[in-house]
This record gives sequence, C-alpha cells and structure tokens, in this order.
Amino acid sequence: MSAPVLSIRNLNIDYIGAEANFRAVKDVSFDIAPGEFFGLAGESGCGKSTIAFAVSRLHRPPALIRTGSEILVDGRDVLELDKDALRRFRWREVAMVFQSAMNSLNPVLTIEAQFYDVLHTHKGMSREAARERAAELLKLVDIPPDRLAAYPHQCSGGMRQRIVIAICLALNPKLLIMDEPTTALDVVVQREILQRIDVLRKRLGFAVLFITHDLGLMVQVSDRIGIMLEGELVEVNDAQTIYRSPQHDYTKRLWASMPKLHGDQIRPEAGA
Amino acid sequence: MSENQPILALDNVSKIFGRANQPIYAARSVSFGLHAGRTLALVGESGSGKTTAARLIMREYHPDEGRLLFRGEPLGKASAKAIKAYRASVQMVFQDPFSSLNPAHTIRYHLERPLRLHQRQLGGSERRAAAEALLERVKLDPKLIMGKFPHELSGGQRQRISIARALAVNPQVIVADEPTSMLDVSVRLGILNLLNDMKKQDNLALLYITHDIATARFVAEDIMVMYAGQIVEWGAMDSVLDHPQHPYTRLLLAAVPDPDRRFDAAQPGELEQIETIRRQSALPQPDIQQVGENHFIRPIPDMVLG
Repeated sequence: MSAPVLSIRNLNIDYIGAEANFRAVKDVSFDIAPGEFFGLAGESGCGKSTIAFAVSRLHRPPALIRTGSEILVDGRDVLELDKDALRRFRWREVAMVFQSAMNSLNPVLTIEAQFYDVLHTHKGMSREAARERAAELLKLVDIPPDRLAAYPHQCSGGMRQRIVIAICLALNPKLLIMDEPTTALDVVVQREILQRIDVLRKRLGFAVLFITHDLGLMVQVSDRIGIMLEGELVEVNDAQTIYRSPQHDYTKRLWASMPKLHGDQIRPEAGA
Repeated sequence: MSENQPILALDNVSKIFGRANQPIYAARSVSFGLHAGRTLALVGESGSGKTTAARLIMREYHPDEGRLLFRGEPLGKASAKAIKAYRASVQMVFQDPFSSLNPAHTIRYHLERPLRLHQRQLGGSERRAAAEALLERVKLDPKLIMGKFPHELSGGQRQRISIARALAVNPQVIVADEPTSMLDVSVRLGILNLLNDMKKQDNLALLYITHDIATARFVAEDIMVMYAGQIVEWGAMDSVLDHPQHPYTRLLLAAVPDPDRRFDAAQPGELEQIETIRRQSALPQPDIQQVGENHFIRPIPDMVLG
C-alpha cells in the first residue's frame, strides 16, 4: 500500500464536563490509502462524527483532543498546524460534506456566488475565472451550468447535495469527508449521488471517509469499513469481510438488526 | 362485519392543490382498505403523496374527489359526535418523536389527556392506573418514566410514548408515518416489533408509511407503491418485492441499499431511462391490470411485462 493519505494514531477525544469528562473517542487508529473509499459505521453517539470533525480540526470546545493523539494527512500532523497553515489546509487538502449539507448553502446567495467564495478565498480567482471553473465543477455532478444563477431554494434536495459536493471538489482535495451525506434524501437520489462520487474518486483520485449508520449502503460503496462502538473502533476490515464474516459481536448484532428485502426474514430475540 | 370489509377505506380519493388551470394532484384516484389485524405498507420517495394519504385519513385534508369510508359508511357529512368517535378510533404515530411531544408537559400529561377527552367516565385514580398500564404495554417502567419530560428521554423511548398515547383511546386503526426513520438502526426493530405486538393483541388495522422498503417487509403483509400521487403497484408483500411489474417499482427496488450488490457506475443512457420512467409514471393511469393472485399495477404506455 502506498503511503496513506490519512493516518490516525491513538486518537483520544474528551468532552470536558463540569464534574467529569466524557471520552467520546477512545484510542482510535486507522489509515486511509489514496483513492480509497473508507466507511465508518456506528450508531448515534458512538463518536464517528467527532472523528470527522477532528480530522479538519473543526471540533469546538468542550471537545478536546488529548496529547499523544496524531492525525496525519499526507504525513503532516494536522494537530500541529498554526492558524495560517490550518486555513490553507482546510478545503484544499480535506473537504467535508456535512449531514444535512443541502441546508448548508447560503439561502440568499446564488450558486455562483458560493463557488466564487471558495475559489476567490483560496485561489484568488477573478469572477470570470471562477465562473468558468464553477461551470466545469457543476458538469462533474451532472448539473447544467445555467443553474449557476439559481438560488438554493430553486434546486431540489438532491441537486443541492450535488452542488455542495461540487464545491467540495473545487480545490482538488486529497480527502473528502462525508458525514451522513444522503440520510435526508430518498433512495433513488441517494444511489445517483453515491454512484457519482464513486466515478469521481476513481477519475480524480481523492480518498473518501464515508460516515453513516446504514451498513447495507456502506458495504455497497466502500472498500474498507470500520465499526465503532461507544468511542472505540471495534473492527476494521474490507467491506465484503465485514458483511460475510463479521468478527466482533457488535458487528454481528448490527447485521441482525437490519431487515431484509428478500428471502428469510430476520427474527431477532426480544430485547436484542 | 364481514371478513372482507375494511375498517377504513379510501374510495377513489383525489386531493388537488394549485390553481384551477394548473392542478397538482397530491393524491390521484387513491383507493385502499385497512383491515383488522393486518398491516398495509405505503412506500414511495419524498413528495410521492404518502403523507397526503395519511392526512386524508386523519381528516386534516378533505378529499376533492372520492370518499372516505369508515366501517362501510361515508364520512363526508358525519355529525360532530360521529367525527369524535372516528378520532378516537383512528390514531396516528408521527415521524419525529422530538417534535410530536409537548416539551412543557410530563409523560403523565401526554398519556392522561386523551383518556380525559375520550373516556370521561374514568375517575382520577382509574386514569392514573390506565396511564401506568399503557406505559407497561410499551415496555417502559411507569415509576421511572411517568414524571419525566420528553427531553429527558431517548428517541426510541419517545416513540414508545407516542405509541402509548395512540393506544390510550383503544383505537381500531393506527397510521404510523415513518415512525422509525429518525431512530438508530439498533432501536428501529424494537419499535417495529412493538407495533406488531400491539396489532396482534388489539386486532388493529395498521397503515405503515415509509420510504424504507426493508422495514416495510418486516412489519406488513401487503404493500402499495406510490409515485406522483398515484398508487402504481400494490398487492401481497413478497409478490410485489420478488416480482415487481411496474418499471417505477423496479427502479425503487434497485436503489434500495443491498450489501449483496456493489454499486456500479451508471450505464450510458441509464439516467435518461430513469427520467422516462419517472415522467411516464407521473401521468394519470386510469387502467388497472391484475398481474398476480393478489397483485395489481397501473401500467404505463409501452410497458413490457416480464
């Protein structure tokens, strides 16, 4: 395997409390190779989003990353970056699609203005150059360039989500973090978007950190999967192994809680 | 009441929004019946009209065409008393357990209020006992839960409260609109199992509305697929899921996450084909075709049955 694009070592994150601290992430270590689609699964509160935020240092107090933790992006420790370096690092190396990302567009700005914002700030592009680049980026996600003049409310949810992804790809990041990117969309649109991401990462070569609690979906799109339980990474393996021969008891129980579309229905015992 | 008479039925119901010269059919000629002891799943993507169907049943919307039948009687011009009886018989469990409970009131209030309104004969101590029995039915401990406020409970616990509240008035029909979509996968099954148990114990007729077809299969015997206000395919669950006949149903099923199939890149022309299916499925289709013992579709033009 070539040098990993993201390497997390002994990551410990606490939420500081008045009386006691809550350890949300417990000694987590994993790598993501360039171009790899890595899935992180677990239920709400297991710490998966906390990790996502920490990777681009977007975590806020009371979250505190403990000393001894390492987050290396392309060999550089993100936790060591000063303010200016961090500004250059975010979006250029690691871009993030948030959960409800379709609501993260500014409702009073046109799509073009939101592209310009990123392209001007990070690359100093002029309006004209930014418009051209934005049109190219929209084409990547199958949106006609005439939508640049539209406002977010004039686009459907799936379209807005694809626009956010296009903005994320504006600076050719090495890693795209997607935190439950399609939870608010219905299955047909969800499939279209993930197919699109899969094609783009193969063409452009970025890696993906994909976070969801939908294990079935995750197995379909990911190369490797990590399963989290109460802040710990309990199992990491390639997607098919996680599906066909899960090792950890919790992974097995997660599978047992997913109803099936065809064949024998699961019959979990009461209280499972 | 005969075996085949549904407790509640929509008979050719349409609900129209928009202007007269540009009507938008949120529901178009929708017909189905809910039977005691059975669960009917209504599936479709957002905007397909699932929630409009629920609102028509709950009488939040009134049909622009067609009739709502309760025990065979049309409900259009029923008396206020009959409407109140209807409300006690038909209850709803909402999608979002975080906003469907009043944050300013305790769980006791939520459970005793429907009893106070619909079972006036109960005295204070009887009402308290009834509320406790309701919590026990949904497998929550009254001693721990009764005095709590909604924000002190988890999403799954809150959804159990919603179910208990719906059961308070001894309903015959429960409409559950995406009751598990905001819950973690690990607690979803508990809620679905609870709905199933209640259905069996009380011989309830259940309408389960969802976009998650796998959970629909878990709880329901029958299924309807809705798109653009029309029910495009319906029938026995496994017949529809294993042998879908309508192109839209096939499209929907192909998009359901399935770990046995890896995502492939869209084939050339695939997106156009999806658009064609969507466009044609949205046109009014008055014909109904039987394709199996208990399996029907509204065919679209040029459809090849396979």
